Amino acid sequence: MNLQNILSEIEKTDPEVYEKLDTRRNAMKSFAKTSGKIALAAVPFALGSMFQKAYASPTAPTDLILDTLNFALTLEYLEANFYIKAVASGIIPSGEALNSLTVIRDHENEHVNFLKTAITAAGGTPVSFTAASFDFTAKGTFPGVFSDYGTLLAVAQTFEDTGVRAYKGQAPNLISNNDYLTAALQIHSVEARHAAHLREMRKAANLLVPAGVDVKPWITLNQSGIGTNAVQASYNGEENVMQAGVTITNIGGQKISAAAASEAFDEPLTKEQITAIVTPFFA
Amino acid sequence: MLDNKSKEAQPVVESGGMAQAFSRRKFLGFMGAGTAIIVTAASCKKDHSMPGKGSGGVNLGSGDIGILNYAYALEQLEAAFYTKVVASPYKQMSDMEKSYLTDIRDHEIAHREFFKAALASKAIQGLEVNFSSIDFSDRTSVLGTAKAFEDLGVSAYNGAGKLITNPDYLTLAGKIVSVEARHAAWIRDIITPGSFADMTAVDMNGLDAARMPADVLAIASNFLKTKLDASNLPTN
Repeated sequence: MNLQNILSEIEKTDPEVYEKLDTRRNAMKSFAKTSGKIALAAVPFALGSMFQKAYASPTAPTDLILDTLNFALTLEYLEANFYIKAVASGIIPSGEALNSLTVIRDHENEHVNFLKTAITAAGGTPVSFTAASFDFTAKGTFPGVFSDYGTLLAVAQTFEDTGVRAYKGQAPNLISNNDYLTAALQIHSVEARHAAHLREMRKAANLLVPAGVDVKPWITLNQSGIGTNAVQASYNGEENVMQAGVTITNIGGQKISAAAASEAFDEPLTKEQITAIVTPFFA
Repeated sequence: MLDNKSKEAQPVVESGGMAQAFSRRKFLGFMGAGTAIIVTAASCKKDHSMPGKGSGGVNLGSGDIGILNYAYALEQLEAAFYTKVVASPYKQMSDMEKSYLTDIRDHEIAHREFFKAALASKAIQGLEVNFSSIDFSDRTSVLGTAKAFEDLGVSAYNGAGKLITNPDYLTLAGKIVSVEARHAAWIRDIITPGSFADMTAVDMNGLDAARMPADVLAIASNFLKTKLDASNLPTN
């Protein structure tokens, strides 16, 4: 990105841009100060916030947007801290399994850093959590979370499937800002990739509960394949087969089972529902 | 039916479907009395018979309806592809692959039929595909194409989100894109285990790709006989 060029272009259409931005020199300086600290991909956000101050853009981040990003950051901290401990637990088979969990851990850390940077650039204050902020046994519900591989993957799957539903539910709150909305969607689909892979891992390792249940990369009805009611709130509602008033089962004379109809659409959860699900994991 | 006027959007269609009953003849008859979008679609129908004309082709329309038709076009492509994959399995397709590819086929058909029903009279026509570059008997060819389609679909929905103005439609797109991402992850894993979200899919900030319609259609058009006109789609 060449900031000088961008400023020159804006100067052509608005000769008074530097009065609005203080001076060109100060604009560069203040931008350089921020940009030294932030990830490259977040530069447009920083630039955006600088110009928002000058132009009071109608798409300026509102409190709703900052709250939404901080909510997302909270969930990313939860996931990142979980995978840091998971990868370090010593119970994940080396090779493909450990590699996959490491890839996922790294993504969650990247999401934390990305969101922190974006929130700061937008003039907000990112929430902050440390390892001590979390209780991954969920107050004793999953005592084996870092000592039993099956439990570890079950919690991982639940976090990812829940994360997908959380981002989906929050996307409309970002609709007024193209950059934040797009970034949130770009995280959302990565969480779905993680979820699919963890579901494959659990099936391949014969860790599905109860016996006879199937778990595929996509969510069938409201089945978790985890065998405890403790995670059911993360799956309830996924059995939905009505979309925008249209019944998907056997739609258009096609043979679409209720299971396939439910799999074809993932369902959102509200902030309140997500908060209720993740609260036990906070110390 | 899905509508560009977000506040007037109503829950769609009697179940089983208007869309189903909407024969081609009725569709054509309906266009004369229709909205601006339908008129546009009608006029480009004529263009369609004049290949080589720059802006010719099936006009996706404008506003949210245009974006939904864009999604409908991509779902038509995917559904047609997996229908053929399942109907003529590649050599040595395992039982599990057969089962999951059938699931994916059903998901894509569900997406396609959903858009068709929900868009009702505003839906574009059925598209003709061109799969001449795919060897359906060859696992590598089929799965390579499937991977490309799924990653493309994910990036298309991710890029189109900001072009949607009605939050309900944004949520609908969100409900579909994560399923496409699940497909993408599984297809990638059966090609190369552990590649569900590798560096060819996810960048250094942990973000998936987002593509604008023009970039998506430039790729998708290689598999479409019918020409699409995306010139009225929103661009930001």
